[in-house]
Amino acid sequence: MLTNFKNSRPQQFSFLFIVFLLLYFLVPENENSLLWRLPPLLKDIPLLINTLLDNLMFKWLTVPVYDPDWQMYEDKPIFRIITRSIADFLLFLIIFIREIFLGGLQTIGSITGGAFKELKWLYLPAVPWTAVVIGLFILGYRLKGLGLAFIASIGFFYVSIFGQWEPTMETLSLVLVTAPICFVLGLSFGILGYLSKKVEKTLQPILNIAQTMPHFSYLVPILVLFGIGDHAGAVATIIFATPPMIRLTILGLKKISPEVVESGLMSGCNRFQLLFRVLIPTARRDILIGVNQVIMQCLAMTTIAAFIGAKGLGFNLKVALNGLKIGKAAEIGICVVIIAVVLDKLSLAWANKQKDYFANLNFYKKNLATIYFILLTTILGVIAYISAFYFEEGFNYLYLIPFGEGLTIAPILDAGVDWIWETFFYYLNIFNKFLITNVLFVMRDAYLGMPVVSTFVLVMGAGYIIGGIRSCIIVGALILFIALSEYWNRALITAYMATFAVGVSAILGIVTGSLCARNEISAKFILGVCDFFQTFPSFIYLIPVILLFGITDTSVMIAAIAYASVPATRYTVEGLRSVPSSLHDAASMSGVSNFQRWKSIELPLAFPHIMLGINQTLIFALMMIVLGALIGTEDLGQIIMGCLSRPNGAGIGLTLGIFVSFICLAADNLIRTWADERKKLLGIE
Amino acid sequence: MSQSSDSSNNTPVIKCESVYKIFGNNALKLLENSNGQVDAKTFQEAGCIVGVNNASFGVKKGEMMVVMGLSGSGKSTLLRCISRLTDATAGKIFIDGEDLLSMNSKQLIELRRNKMGMVFQSFALLPHKTVIENIAFPLQVKGTNTRESMAKALEMVELVGLKGRENYFPRELSGGQQQRVGIARSLAVEPDIWFLDEPFSALDPLIRKEMQDEFLRLQAVLNKTIMFVTHDFDEALRLADRIAIMKDGIIEQLDTPDNIVLNPATEYVKKFTEDVPREKVLKIESIMDTYDPNNSSSTKVSKDAIIETLAESILNSKEILTVVDNNNEIVGSLNPTKVIKVIFGK
Repeated sequence: MLTNFKNSRPQQFSFLFIVFLLLYFLVPENENSLLWRLPPLLKDIPLLINTLLDNLMFKWLTVPVYDPDWQMYEDKPIFRIITRSIADFLLFLIIFIREIFLGGLQTIGSITGGAFKELKWLYLPAVPWTAVVIGLFILGYRLKGLGLAFIASIGFFYVSIFGQWEPTMETLSLVLVTAPICFVLGLSFGILGYLSKKVEKTLQPILNIAQTMPHFSYLVPILVLFGIGDHAGAVATIIFATPPMIRLTILGLKKISPEVVESGLMSGCNRFQLLFRVLIPTARRDILIGVNQVIMQCLAMTTIAAFIGAKGLGFNLKVALNGLKIGKAAEIGICVVIIAVVLDKLSLAWANKQKDYFANLNFYKKNLATIYFILLTTILGVIAYISAFYFEEGFNYLYLIPFGEGLTIAPILDAGVDWIWETFFYYLNIFNKFLITNVLFVMRDAYLGMPVVSTFVLVMGAGYIIGGIRSCIIVGALILFIALSEYWNRALITAYMATFAVGVSAILGIVTGSLCARNEISAKFILGVCDFFQTFPSFIYLIPVILLFGITDTSVMIAAIAYASVPATRYTVEGLRSVPSSLHDAASMSGVSNFQRWKSIELPLAFPHIMLGINQTLIFALMMIVLGALIGTEDLGQIIMGCLSRPNGAGIGLTLGIFVSFICLAADNLIRTWADERKKLLGIE
Repeated sequence: MSQSSDSSNNTPVIKCESVYKIFGNNALKLLENSNGQVDAKTFQEAGCIVGVNNASFGVKKGEMMVVMGLSGSGKSTLLRCISRLTDATAGKIFIDGEDLLSMNSKQLIELRRNKMGMVFQSFALLPHKTVIENIAFPLQVKGTNTRESMAKALEMVELVGLKGRENYFPRELSGGQQQRVGIARSLAVEPDIWFLDEPFSALDPLIRKEMQDEFLRLQAVLNKTIMFVTHDFDEALRLADRIAIMKDGIIEQLDTPDNIVLNPATEYVKKFTEDVPREKVLKIESIMDTYDPNNSSSTKVSKDAIIETLAESILNSKEILTVVDNNNEIVGSLNPTKVIKVIFGK
């Protein structure tokens, strides 16, 4: 009996659940009881962080700096000087790129120190939008072919004629500045991590936290350190987008077959030659996929960076959403999606492009594309210049279509939204009310009525069953940290929303994935759809749900479900498709039905992979739930969002961000340990 | 250090003295306690894996030594110890009389740039470089200028018969062609010592045969000192001057192909030799008798000829033949009944 219990996971889990329920109903609700809630012993952490930041920025390590305006020395903290110089440097780069696309005189002004202020003609002329579109056409053609050429050029053509050129170029300039920085940082740290086990071990937890922390939580500390504006947005973007690059670099380098390394050594490479002439070129493809990731992450973050003063599409989107101008928001949203798709396709094409051999071509043939581009840009520039005489009074449309001066479909969209509301309001409202009162609130109250001791028994018990004493302690410590803060109730609300969203997404994803994995064509199709939806910045998901459900918890839940179903579906399809075909054949010859095959062969084999998908689903859902605070929820996210406007919000924002990250990490530990064990058992990898 | 000054043909180019390679954390300590008596089982219980167990041998200049063993026998580990891709746990290795294990990384790089070349099972070509760039790579890391290294690489392309494909990328070549590139690359610096780690194992049987022929042709021209690793006993018999058969890290027998087939030293070696058609391996030399002028015909056969190639004519002649060496001097006689014995049984 006892040995049976020792070996049976289901029995152990049922026992755990019974203990949990007993505690749940037996522990009385009493604010003073330690079994009900732990005291907020760690409530000073936010304050501590604030003091630390304050000291860093204003007190520690001061050096006298000569101030030319006041003609005297002033004591300034070194740290502040460093962060502000980084900020200035980033800002210069952003403005420089921006002025290439939009024109302006700040770059030249800052180079010449304002010596030629009175010379009105001395400014950086913008590249006409027509030239950018043509340039993208040539680039797309060069990288993949006519299809990509048309997608890229038509996408940007649309952006231009709909009058979104200025904010788009502002966003793009942020991406173009941050992406290379992320690439260099990510590659360097990745190489260091590959070369030294110690560095890798130190990097691992930092990467974990950076990738699971909600974006909003580090916006405020960045605000404190770097000030408000585009540069702060750039810093936030760099912090957000570098970790995947590091990960992929390490992964790519580790994947290189040992024989290639040995062949490099036997060819007589020294360490430097081995790294730069053998290892990195061989891992080229993974590293370039990393670049694709970096670009997409940068784009996603630049839209969110609008909250700390970054200009661009994100800012306009935020303004439109705040004013509930759904039509306008949708229009901007479409632009963000277009840019995301174009950047994604271009960078992927670049990553997958095989190296061409150029040695036997002459200069003209080698640089044909560049020559065409320069030629066409010049011609279009001249045309734009000449047309300035034609459009004498208004705007020069061939040069730049100003914001709000292009076509617009916002009124149509708004009318459409109104129509939907009028027609379906009744049904939507019933659904909405039902969901909120009968499901969400019930669930929330159940979570809030959970004594802290039963939560710990459940979580740590699960840890012990799955990963032994080690997992038990890790998970317990992560949760304890939250339980000892003031925000335990908020965390419970976040947890309930996450549970609901993950549950629904997982079911949706696994069902859709299983159905689509039945044959090659539908599998490819659904993976394509997943790719498409994954390119959108999370922000975009909020637009249609607000449109349909207004500002309610339902909107947030549905956005979270839509966003989080993507990884669940993708991993299900991948997992099911990776079941070896010989097993399919063996199953067919045993005479199984389709359903039997799915249930007893494909699902068990694919399950570890699907669980990793659920892991992703949780992270995605939490991100969206925190973001959902933008339209009003009452979980951790709402406070994080609130910190943006609070003078000393940095500490709270960061602490709560770490809490959300800890929830992710606890779940991650359990799921990963379990999936690894299953994989080993099944002999996969 | 420098004993190479008096190196005559008798000093081995590669010399191993009691080389051990044991994987695991306490390998060195365990080895010291064991007094040279390494038992794979006791080591495994202590968490260590024995890769090479007390290997001692020498390879002469121009000799082709084949290391044969099944997977996990330690043959590749032995090769990697001698190329110092892994450091041996204990023992001494001399390359041209110089102590390999005491070299610093700079000396080691120098050695590899000038004296060693290696061919890998999975080809290990650099995917981002063309055929000619791959072949020129060892020269370029050495610092040879582009023109010279390209000229040399082109020479190598011709040597391995890939002319016309020098601007292809590895992905555009078949397995056999890729390995030709690997061979050319390993020869580009004109090394004295040539390591080949199961070079033909990843190829189809027909291509493998073709590559073996090609390899024998190259060796006839180049006359390198070779260590060749394989798990294929037939391949070993075909190519080797001497064969080392390994099992669990121990060299079970190290001898010429004839001797291994005729006198297997252990039960393990015997298992390999049982199914080998002897007439395909043995030379006339191994079955000839002492010369008796009264009882021999004037028909002459070379002592180095493989029995199979002459079997038909020998059996047809029905008289005792005269065996001669390379200089056409008589060294023995051959009774056709012995050939029948070799072909048809014990």
